[in-house]
Amino acid sequence: MNRVRAQSGDFDPGAELAGLERLGGGAVASFTGIVRGDDGLVELTLEHYPAMTERAMRDIVAEAHARWPLIGVTVIHRHGRLAAGERIVFVAAASRHRAAALEACAFLIDWLKTRAPFWKRERFADGRERWVEARHEDDGAAARWD
Amino acid sequence: MALDILYFAWVREAIGRDGERVEPPAGVVTVADLLDWLVARGGGHARAFADRARLRAALDQDFVPLDAPLGDARELAIFPPVTGG
Repeated sequence: MNRVRAQSGDFDPGAELAGLERLGGGAVASFTGIVRGDDGLVELTLEHYPAMTERAMRDIVAEAHARWPLIGVTVIHRHGRLAAGERIVFVAAASRHRAAALEACAFLIDWLKTRAPFWKRERFADGRERWVEARHEDDGAAARWD
Repeated sequence: MALDILYFAWVREAIGRDGERVEPPAGVVTVADLLDWLVARGGGHARAFADRARLRAALDQDFVPLDAPLGDARELAIFPPVTGG
């Protein structure tokens, strides 16, 4: 059972986890990404490519299923304006055992960062705005799954 | 054949529009050819496409390298490396 959503509104990680816990596996792992308020960051604006976004997310979920014996996967990515401290992304995987669930979670977030069409723009307390540059560390994290 | 081009993030800002419909001439075969043709037409394209290493592309919603042939694609998107997650 997969749930894949790109949405502007918030989500409830507890409710998402409860849905995966009911699938009958012995393990549910998750990752929640939060907007960091580093360096006076006030707000992020997430732009995305609506015609492509959910399809790219579903492709990533399908790849996770191909690599691990998963019972269910949930991936939620928000877009639009997000203040520091708000939830931005959520991935969760249910499996019979912990290793598959934990590894699949790490894979899902690494690939989301490098293969889903989202772009972050930062706005700071002093009024500066800038597009976030892609990080080599993220490419490296994603490459470990190649 | 008409091709819809979409621009995202700072590429969109540099060009000053979120997309356009074009009818490229026969000599335009790849995504990179199309970028060259758009730059030659003027506007903000030259600035947006100045550093090709900072550009990524998708044809009909699939990521492709810039040397990919346009083929029969109906929609091309040009954007910076993604920064979601």
